[in-house]
Formats: sequence, C-alpha cells, structure tokens
Amino acid sequence: MIEQDAVLGALSGVRDPELDEPVTDLGFVSDLRVEGDAVSVRLRLPTYFCAPNFAYLMVADAREAVLSVPGVNRVSVVLDDHYASEELNAASAFDDAFPGETEGPDLGELRTTFRRKSFVSRQERLCRVLLAEGRSPRELARMRLGDVPPSEAFETYLDRRAELGVGVSPGAPLVVDPNGRRVPEGAVVQHLRFARTVRVSIEGNAALCRGLLETRYGGRREGGEGPEREEATA
Amino acid sequence: MYEKDGEKYFVVDGHVHYWDASPENTTNKYGEGFIKCFYDYHKNLSPEEYVWPLEKYRKYSEEDMMHDLFEIGHVDIAIFQSTYLTDFYDKGFNTTARNATLKEKYPDKFVLNGSFEPRRGEAGLEEFERKYEKYGFKGIKLYTAEWHEDSKGWKLDDYWSVKHLEKCVELGIKNVHVHKGPTIWPLNRDSFDVADVDEAASSFPELNFIVEHVGLPRLEDFCWIGTQEPNVYGGLAVAMPFIHAKPRYFAQIMGELLYWLGEDRLLFASDYALWQPKWLVEMFVDFEYPGDAEFDDYAEITPDIKRKILGLNAAKLYDLEVPEELQLVTADQGTGFDVEEKPATER
Repeated sequence: MIEQDAVLGALSGVRDPELDEPVTDLGFVSDLRVEGDAVSVRLRLPTYFCAPNFAYLMVADAREAVLSVPGVNRVSVVLDDHYASEELNAASAFDDAFPGETEGPDLGELRTTFRRKSFVSRQERLCRVLLAEGRSPRELARMRLGDVPPSEAFETYLDRRAELGVGVSPGAPLVVDPNGRRVPEGAVVQHLRFARTVRVSIEGNAALCRGLLETRYGGRREGGEGPEREEATA
Repeated sequence: MYEKDGEKYFVVDGHVHYWDASPENTTNKYGEGFIKCFYDYHKNLSPEEYVWPLEKYRKYSEEDMMHDLFEIGHVDIAIFQSTYLTDFYDKGFNTTARNATLKEKYPDKFVLNGSFEPRRGEAGLEEFERKYEKYGFKGIKLYTAEWHEDSKGWKLDDYWSVKHLEKCVELGIKNVHVHKGPTIWPLNRDSFDVADVDEAASSFPELNFIVEHVGLPRLEDFCWIGTQEPNVYGGLAVAMPFIHAKPRYFAQIMGELLYWLGEDRLLFASDYALWQPKWLVEMFVDFEYPGDAEFDDYAEITPDIKRKILGLNAAKLYDLEVPEELQLVTADQGTGFDVEEKPATER
C-alpha cells in the first residue's frame, strides 16, 4: 500500500529550477492519486506562457521522484493549462517535444546555470545571517565550513554545494564562487553585494509567481505552506 | 504633471499600448492564452478599484485611454510601444498603424515608436524603412520572443538583427526598447537571457538600449550589463506595480537598480492598459523604503531622483521639451556605478 504522504514527500524534493523552491510549496501540484501501484500527478503553473523548458524539467523530475517511492511501478505526470501541454506531456525527452527548436542535447546546461544562481543566492542568505550575528566580511572570508554553526540556511547551502560538486568537507572555505574557487578577502564585500542582487531577484520572482498562480486558480488557504496537501487528497 | 507637497513632476509614461485582443481579432488559442495571461498580471498587481472586467480589458476605447493617461493619470507625454503578435491576432495586437491613429489625432500627447522583424530579412528591412518614412519614429520596440511562422523568437545579435540596427543608426533612430519574454529560440536555453543586449549595446554605442521590465525575471543579469554598458537603460514597466502588491520587493528592486545603474538610466512606465499611471505615479511620489535593516544601505530616493525617473530621463532620450518649472531642483545624487565610455567594437 503506497502512502500519499510518501509520494508527497518525494515530490517535495522537486524544485522549480528557477525559483529554487519545492513545487509542493509553490502550489504547482494540483492533484495526486494513488491506485494500486500506479500514481498520477497533475501539475499546474502560474501562466499559460511559462517557459516550456523549466516546465519540462519539473515534469521530468516529478516523474523520477514518484518512481523512487518504494512500491510505485507506474506513474503519470500531466501538466495542465500550458500552451505546450500536449507536446510536453507526450515527450520522453525535451528535444523530442520540440524538434528543431533546440540546440544541443537535453536541458543539462540550463539546469546547471540555475543551480549556480541558486548556489549564490543560498550562500548570500547564509552569510547575511552570519554577518548579522556580528562577524565581519573579513572573518567570513577566512571561515571554513567546520566553523559555521548549524542552521537550515547552512544545510540548504551545503546541499547545493554538493550538487555542483563543490567541496563540503569541514576544512573547505565558506565563501567560494560556483566553481569552488575561494573568494579573496578583498573581494568578499563586492562578491556578496552581487550575490544579494541574485537573491533579491530569485525571491522576487517566486513572490510574483505565487501571486499569479493565486490569481489564476483562486486563493490559497490560510496557514501558509502546504495547502496543496489538502487539495491533493480531496 | 503631478504636484504633491510643493514638488512638481513632469511625467513621461515610457510604455503604453492601444491593443485589440477582442474575440473577433483573436486568431487562435495562443492569442486567447496571451491576453488571459496579461489579464492575470493586471488583476494580481492592481489595487482592486483599478481592476477592469476582462471584456473591457481585451479592447478599450480611445476615450478610456485619453482619460486614464491624460485626464486623471498625470501623464504629460506617453510613448507608444508597438507589439505586433500577428501570429496570435488577425490584425495584430498593437501595431504601429493602430497606435498611429491616436498619434495623428493627439500629436503633442504621444511619441510613436516603430518596430522591425529581422526574420523577414531583406524584405523586412525595406518595409522598416518605408514605415520610418511614413511615421518618422525616434525609437523602436523589439519583442524578441515573438513567434513568426516556425520560429519561436530571435536574438539581437542575429545577422539580420544587426543589419536592422545598422539601419537604425543610418536613419537616426536612437532608442531601442527591448522586451524579453519566454519561448525565445533555442528553447533549451534561458529564454529571458539578456546577454544579446550586452553584445548589441557594445556594438552600437550610438544607440540607447532600454531593457523593458528591467530585465525581470533576470534582474541580476540586467544590473550586471548595466555596469558594463553606459548606453543600457532600464524601463520600469512591470516593476512599477509591485509598489502596491509587493512593496518590499519593489523597494528592493529600486535599491538594486539605483545601486547598479543609478538615477539617470531608469524610465517610468505603466505598460497601460496592464496598469494605470494614476496610482503608479501617486504611489511612487509617496514612496519611501521600509524601516528595517534590509534597506539601511540603499541610497535615498529624493524628489529629484523621482523627477528623473518619472519623466526627465525619458525626456532627454526623446528630446522632449520640459517646462522650466518642472526641471531638477538639486544636483546629481551620484547613485550608480561610473561606467566608462567604451570604444565601439568591430562589427
């Protein structure tokens, strides 16, 4: 017997690549059904014209996440109300969905571009906390991962470092660029200044997308995160 | 003109439309999806009392437009930015010809911008020149995500784009408004990537590139380009309405833009009829940063900075006459980076 919660748990690991938030928190999962060993999921997005490449990544990731749940043998993930719904739902690879419209294989490069952006943003969010606690930028430049007190911001930063192949050992420097190169002391202030712009951008986009989804499909229930959980089981 | 607390502001609305998305003019499901997507933006970010019914939103009248901009909207001059979308709408969404009907009737109220379609090659270039002769525009609006036959978009550094930009220089068209939207080719790349603007701005130092909606959702990339290219400007269409619905985010965007680009390279715009200038102008003049630490290090937005953004910067780009009493009061506030003039690169 497959628990819905197990499937939702797996789906909460799927993030919008651009907004760096779980699709379950963003309200993108509109329906979830379990029948025997088969799971069907419906996804929805804030606009009809949301970029099809990001949409494809979320559909593909959701499929993979659901299949990773023990006992699930069949999965169907359907994207609703999108101009390219038909193409995306039928495709097993993005290049097949839009023959002649892509350049080079797959969406790997796109995914990496946005992992790097969210790496920068997550680093800034963590450093902001450390600075607010009284450390100077110079001290940050000298810190190693082993010196950082535990926190959620630290955990999510480490996750992304690992995904990008940047070292996560306690001796590794804290402030590095997305290639893992240490940012020199004299450059830390400016590095974090630009990182702040990246964070503002990503957070703002997420806020806009939430608002548009709400306008398109009706208001979310009170209580913040996780209303889709209730909708999904309805 | 808008006046509040003894301060006067000359208002140029840098981006307005006179569109027709009526059911009769809508060609297919894409046109239907497009206007509904626009309507969700309108509904989501407008104060409730400014939300229109969908029917009116699809096709509003000349009277609506004149009233909302000039009678109550505080706008002195508005700039028409055409958006063709002829694959979605039978007669186009908001063509230069349609906008020209109002420009002819109210010549002092509007600046009329044109457009070009690089994917039509030589034929497009000839048509562009013919339109220029007919309308004599000083600026153009380019929508790089526009569909055309099998193509889902183009880039500013494509061969025929460069040919058209060279034609702009030749004709004396100075201002190039660039709108980035989703589904640009190739589809496996980031459709909002503004890197081709960087390329074009370097190649054409004699042109001004106004990036619409300040590059959103790629604010960071746009800010970066702004520090590299002195002839890149930010159009505030779409960013402005956050002032009501997401005021903290609006404050952050403004703080970032003033930090990276500075007060001389930002242009107010309502994107009418997406939003209406009346409430945008009024709220912007009242705008202050929230009081908490997140905003401590942002440059203050003085009345003169507001004057520049609301109208004086656009007036400079379009050689518009500004009455003496509406000019700046104080000296430059020195926001933004010093971007050195760069020599033109080979092209």
